[in-house]
Amino acid sequence: MTLPLTLFQKVWNAHVVAQEKDSPAVLYVDLHLVHEVTSPQAFTGLRSRGLKVRRPDKTVATLDHSIPTHDPSLPILDEIAAKQIAQMETNAKDFGLKLYGMDSPHRGIVHVIGPELGLTQPGMTIVCGDSHTSTHGAFGALAFGIGTTEVEHVLATQCLLQKQPKTFEVKIEGELQKGVSAKDIILALLAKIGIGGATGHVFEYRGSAIKNLDMEQRMTICNMSIEGGARAGMIAPDDVTFEYAAGREFAPKGEVWEKALLKWRQIPTDDGATFDKTITLNAGDLVPMITYGTNPGMGMKITDHVPDPNSVKDESQKLALTKALSYMGLKPNQPMIGQPINVVFIGSCTNSRLSDLRLAASVLKDRKVASGVRVLIVPGSQEIKKQAEQEGLDKIFKSAGAEWREAGCSMCIAMNSDEILPGQYCVSTSNRNFEGRQGKGGRTFLASPLTAAAAAVTGKVTDVRTLL
Amino acid sequence: MAQFTSLTSRIIPLPINDIDTDQIIPARFLKAISKDGMGNNLFADWRYNTDGSPKKDFVLNKDDYKGAQILLAGDNFGCGSSREHAPWALTGYGFRAVISTSFADIFRNNALKNGLLPIIVDAETHRDLFDLADESPRAEIGVDLASQTLTLPNGKKVSFPIDGFAKTCLLEGVDELGYLMKFADKIADYESQHS
Repeated sequence: MTLPLTLFQKVWNAHVVAQEKDSPAVLYVDLHLVHEVTSPQAFTGLRSRGLKVRRPDKTVATLDHSIPTHDPSLPILDEIAAKQIAQMETNAKDFGLKLYGMDSPHRGIVHVIGPELGLTQPGMTIVCGDSHTSTHGAFGALAFGIGTTEVEHVLATQCLLQKQPKTFEVKIEGELQKGVSAKDIILALLAKIGIGGATGHVFEYRGSAIKNLDMEQRMTICNMSIEGGARAGMIAPDDVTFEYAAGREFAPKGEVWEKALLKWRQIPTDDGATFDKTITLNAGDLVPMITYGTNPGMGMKITDHVPDPNSVKDESQKLALTKALSYMGLKPNQPMIGQPINVVFIGSCTNSRLSDLRLAASVLKDRKVASGVRVLIVPGSQEIKKQAEQEGLDKIFKSAGAEWREAGCSMCIAMNSDEILPGQYCVSTSNRNFEGRQGKGGRTFLASPLTAAAAAVTGKVTDVRTLL
Repeated sequence: MAQFTSLTSRIIPLPINDIDTDQIIPARFLKAISKDGMGNNLFADWRYNTDGSPKKDFVLNKDDYKGAQILLAGDNFGCGSSREHAPWALTGYGFRAVISTSFADIFRNNALKNGLLPIIVDAETHRDLFDLADESPRAEIGVDLASQTLTLPNGKKVSFPIDGFAKTCLLEGVDELGYLMKFADKIADYESQHS
């Protein structure tokens, strides 16, 4: 009998090209996603060594981080960003890479368009110079972020040197209550394990609650694996996965599809396989979540009160909480519900897909954005923008008083002009609430699209269940 | 690749846990297309006032700590994004080693590829080093990679762990891309079996 293996172990084992004694594995990469921010220095490296891209057919580039989200026919006013975008265009041309550029109807956030185009497939290894590459793990792919030196390695050799990480099972059983979504699951997990709780590990999300999620919700969960320090997050592929992938532009077709399906059905974790760590959450106990602090692990039930540093024993944790509350301008023991806010951002590789926009629209329909609140809604791709407009979601957003933009990372990372002002509070569907992440001095509350939309109409942190 | 063998330096204490890469170098500085000048933007939002003048109370701006090459940081240093701009900013400023109780995975990988040594110490040593940096800002400690030891001013030696391959690469300045390219035939074999 063969040893039972986890999903991660099967995908890992299938991609080890070589492994010398006491050295990291040479791991083959099936899909390399590239964007304008973390790649220029890698192409410079290739040029200085006179190297080519080994597999342009396995390399796909897009523009997402530093691009504006206003009318794309307008010029890019930020000269440095314009230069970076032009450099990506030059690099794609010089090295023969497919680039979904400014004029492409398929352009979008790298972790949105990979799945959307059918590039992301079960059992693959996928890397990108971007920590939220973990998103693609929702398909049963091993997908993780890498640095720019490693981007250069993959461009040149289609391989990476990697030490095998450990495995971490996250079991989520039961049924979610109304008003609770994937974002609340991942924020609850992060609140439990903390921002470094999974360092050195790869999550596998399992259990009935995960099985019941659609692909877009699964992507939301895998997306934020890195916020727990995990190298990647994976979900076993099943019929939900196959239905999503079938027929997409780069998905296998005909006989090749049938053969792929047979292979993909073999990769879920075997009965009896063991994990290095395990945690279980009960989906039925979860309520809408919100963060109060300056990292994604500083989250709580929206109905709870802000924690008090005086009740924390560990000195360094007490200091961290005190510092976070001071930055956030929050008082210990205050309720979060009712906290006034200035901005709402609905978008990012975490929550900018069609189902996210539909959830937001379900709250904003026939309601108005609260006076003085700015609401920015940014679809994850131009394709999602088109679909949302076909459904009339844009009209719901605009008539409520929200701004409806072109695709991009936008206010998640504030590299373009979409940013919050010093001291402002933003309820955001993005993935990071680090100091200044959405603009210098800005304060971020991470939450689900439903919770963000609820804050948009009331102007304060609100339990969305009171509006449903 | 940048080498690292040994170092004797003062340490700069930054006793904050979970220092993320957005603090190490804020995203607005990632629009550059080269690695140059990143050191000026290291810890930019903690280090400078809005008008660009240095914040007097931030540790990097204090005279006692100027020129130190070792950063002593709280737990879980370098969490967050994959930006290699973080080690570029740290080395650009002049740091050659960071000491913490733990490092985020991507940051640690990126640091090693830039000759920036991530040194993991236990909680007790961590506390002792913070005390030392506070009480004697001009005290120097020694770092020796070959023997994997820190030498404190009182002569005490503390060993630290490091992955064997990473250690060899740092000591000998091994070019990792060169190492990978030696596997060209095996990569081609793999591709022909999986096409």
